[in-house]
Amino acid sequence: MINRRNGCGTIVTDIHDCEGVRVTIRNQIIYMDNSATTPVRKEVVEEMIPYMTENFGNPSSIYEIGKISKHAVDRAREKVAYALGAEENEIFFTSGGTESDNCAIKGIAFANQNKGKHIITSSIEHHAVLHTCAWLEGQGFEVTYLPVDKYGTVSLEELKNAVRDDTILISIMLANNEIGTIQPVEEIGKIAKENRIYFHTDAVQAIGHVPIDVKKMNIDLLSLSGHKFEGPKGCGAFYIRKGTKIEPLLHGGAQERKRRAGTENTPAIVGLGKAIELATAEIEESNKTLLKLRERLIKGLLKIPKTHLNGHPTQRLANNVNVTFEYIEGESLLLLLNAKEIFASTGSACNSSSLEPSHVLMACGVPHEIIHGSLRLSLGRMNSEKDVDRVLEAVPEIVQKLRNMSPLTPKEYRML
Amino acid sequence: MDYSLKVMDHFSNPRNMGTIENSDGVGEVGNAKCGDIMKIYLKVEDDRIADVKFQTFGCGAAIASSSMATELIKGKTLREAWGLSNKAVAEALDGLPPIKMHCSMLAEEAIHEAINDYLRKKGLEPWTE
Repeated sequence: MINRRNGCGTIVTDIHDCEGVRVTIRNQIIYMDNSATTPVRKEVVEEMIPYMTENFGNPSSIYEIGKISKHAVDRAREKVAYALGAEENEIFFTSGGTESDNCAIKGIAFANQNKGKHIITSSIEHHAVLHTCAWLEGQGFEVTYLPVDKYGTVSLEELKNAVRDDTILISIMLANNEIGTIQPVEEIGKIAKENRIYFHTDAVQAIGHVPIDVKKMNIDLLSLSGHKFEGPKGCGAFYIRKGTKIEPLLHGGAQERKRRAGTENTPAIVGLGKAIELATAEIEESNKTLLKLRERLIKGLLKIPKTHLNGHPTQRLANNVNVTFEYIEGESLLLLLNAKEIFASTGSACNSSSLEPSHVLMACGVPHEIIHGSLRLSLGRMNSEKDVDRVLEAVPEIVQKLRNMSPLTPKEYRML
Repeated sequence: MDYSLKVMDHFSNPRNMGTIENSDGVGEVGNAKCGDIMKIYLKVEDDRIADVKFQTFGCGAAIASSSMATELIKGKTLREAWGLSNKAVAEALDGLPPIKMHCSMLAEEAIHEAINDYLRKKGLEPWTE
């Protein structure tokens, strides 16, 4: 039996029938892990290819093919700037969300430490922010980790109370990767501005889902990553408001106006530009479709007894569904879903290499023992109502199978 | 997680899953906080394990380890069952990822608990080794 993938969404399996003749069967896979990564759009791939083949020149070179590359990078920069309501010279390309977050937090910390050594962030940030902050604590900085309510929302009152004279940076994500909760970023920006503190937001999950205007939202620094909105992996961008005092993370050549050394990843940058252009233009239409699918999924899943929705009921990304099923463990759930060619993720410790359960669900106050039964389904452009129906058919069956096995399941939820 | 075909087989079609009414010994180890609980039920006849069932809350490796461990001790004497090591369970499953070895440990411990529960009910001294 040979499995091969045929473009997006189909697994083609070659098997031999009883006569020994090779036959091909096709199964539609259901990919619902778009918050982990997305496939690169065909239009994006097409734009990228020439920059790997004939237009391979180094953007720093002065001859013709170098200039072509430089112009391509600049056009991509314009597209990112337009998507964020920023100026072109405020956009810098990086290797992805993690580098952008590191650049923002360490860059501000080291450039402004004479002003103060206090940073405010939230307890549900991505590890790229949390572990960077933890590392800075070891370098003599102080960090306040704001708690969140049960929906994963940061309280503006708590933020105001956390502000000190020596606070130099507030770093709070725009939308959470696990539970999809959208933060009141505009209000946070206002508080930062009133107190003359730099405001960084990790917008990695928000691009293509939440309209962004860095000026209106008073954002000073913003991180984004190409592969979360159907661009290529290994490429991100970073917005730095003009006049921001920041140290670079990487030293070397004079690329990216000395803010980020290293030869530009031209094909990926071109791809990111095209992807953000498409994602931003289609935001309204895409959210309308995703929202319908999301609500149908949530409604269907909550029909399973002892199931809870994680995250905010309305202030959440249109593509995010996160629920917990009591009495079962998430990795087993994912394996059985995988057997039905449904791909999703979980906050269970058993599914992580650290054996630590989701810090986001813990911060939301989800009891430790039921975090293990969480399931995240993150929708994308390739998902249809038919996919949702197939998931709603598969999940209750699998949950029941695992509940029947679990010693925690009370009699009334057991069906042997 | 890369599991062997054996692990996937025992996880997808677990053997001896369920409970035994009027069992002679029950052992439960692990806790919900850590994400795995294993419960083993024994029926003992003439010092042999006449029947064994399990219930497990946990990941693929935990369920597969329970299934394999019950298969390995069925029909064995209590002493033989006591001697089943977690390594033997993992080997019978064609190996477990290193981070999942503790799941096979749970199976060994659950069997020990169940045997000692049986011994205690019989008014006998529980075993330590």
